[in-house]
Amino acid sequence: MTALDMRGAVIPLALIAVAELWARAVDLQSDSLAAPSAIFMAGAKALASGEMLAATGETLVCALGGLAIGFVLGAFTGILLGIFRALDHLSEVTFELLRPIPSVALIPVAMLIFGFGYWTETSIVAFTTFWPGFLLTRAAVRGVEPRLFEVVRSLEMNLPDTIRKIVVPAVLPRMFVALRLAAGISLIVAVTVEITANPVGMGARMMSASQALRPDLTFAYLLWIGVVGWSLNAVMEFVQKRLLGPAVPLPRSGA
Amino acid sequence: MILQRLLWLAASTAVFAALVVIWHLVVENGLINRVFLPTPVSTWEALYAGILHGSLLGAWGETVRRMIYGWLFASLLGVVLGALIGMSAQARAYMSGILEFIRPLPASAVVPVAIVLLGLTEYMVLAVIAFGAVWPTLLATVHGFASVEPRLYEVGQSLRMSRWDVVRKISLPNSVPDILSGMRISVTVALILTVVGEMLTGRPGLGSAIISSARMFQAPQLFAGVILLGITGYVSSILLNLAEARLLRWRS
Repeated sequence: MTALDMRGAVIPLALIAVAELWARAVDLQSDSLAAPSAIFMAGAKALASGEMLAATGETLVCALGGLAIGFVLGAFTGILLGIFRALDHLSEVTFELLRPIPSVALIPVAMLIFGFGYWTETSIVAFTTFWPGFLLTRAAVRGVEPRLFEVVRSLEMNLPDTIRKIVVPAVLPRMFVALRLAAGISLIVAVTVEITANPVGMGARMMSASQALRPDLTFAYLLWIGVVGWSLNAVMEFVQKRLLGPAVPLPRSGA
Repeated sequence: MILQRLLWLAASTAVFAALVVIWHLVVENGLINRVFLPTPVSTWEALYAGILHGSLLGAWGETVRRMIYGWLFASLLGVVLGALIGMSAQARAYMSGILEFIRPLPASAVVPVAIVLLGLTEYMVLAVIAFGAVWPTLLATVHGFASVEPRLYEVGQSLRMSRWDVVRKISLPNSVPDILSGMRISVTVALILTVVGEMLTGRPGLGSAIISSARMFQAPQLFAGVILLGITGYVSSILLNLAEARLLRWRS
């Protein structure tokens, strides 16, 4: 396992070394590229000044806030439509028409309603993360052992009890996989909204670094966003393993 | 069975129509300001006028063209690179570090870097689309190549097939389902990045059309553009479903 990890690090380290040597050899003074050491220094400075962490906080508030709203609504809808097939059939056309709308197409709509700021971003993240929450939870509820529903009938359980005692425990592992997927999407969407329009968070700082012709800081933010995304996934994976035992394979999806 | 399906579809369409009527009533009665939410009728008029006499049709064409170019290039690159990496366990191990890091990275995060390198140009938009859309197909191809039944490779060895023949006759056909599911995600990513690129560069397209409608508070034109983007996403996913059903007929 460790041997494998070491091999994975060879190419990135080699690329960094080559870039550094090249930058030193040509004495790089550029508006578009920077030496790895300069990128590292810019990143360290931005981190030490607290600016990078503040931006990270802003992005995470929007991403996780939107995730909480969108995913919970989605999971709840998924449970209801998974249990009541008639509702599922009736809402089919509406959901099928709303689902293919690309998240970024809603940026101008949200800006019109909320203006610049947290809510524009949070609402778009919520719209996007609603779908994995809804679709994967519905699929999970449909996959619940039918005999469990026979138990519900013979015990004459009411709806809240059915959801709380039978459905949620049965679908929890698959719902957590959906949550992990949606968490990744939430960060991607938040950063995208910041880069496109919203003057908040890491994406906006990265855009202004790029416009200020500071390639070192721009690349530092790019790498930092990668680190944050990687850490978010690692945390979710750890929690999943801790809470739910062996990992269920993660479905691939875009945002 | 089919009759039942049709009945549900009709009922479901009726529900959607009822929601549109409610939308109309809500706006007509001033419950939501018209500046934010246009009536369905005015949205339809904006859509109709924009397609027949306006610039919406041209903008749509530009967006679709960019999306398809970027997606096709990304798919080709993704399959070739994915095959090269997927072919050997050594290559997979060496690439794992880079792939693990890039997988959760938002594709749009390369936009500021791309703007600095290429400026606010057409090439920048296409480069960002291609770069962002390449990963789903590439990762899916690597996964497909890595999960081919090992005994098939043993058969290849005992038949003394060349490496190229193994790829062409064993690995690639067995990876088609993975590659197609990767390409399906890539097309979604390509559409998103096309819109982002157009919004940022202001180059003609639906992305720049909807953002300028929002700046001028033209809600009907804005919603018309959003609807066209939804249709684009819907049609591309239907076309890929058809292609998948056709190409994977042998599986059923």
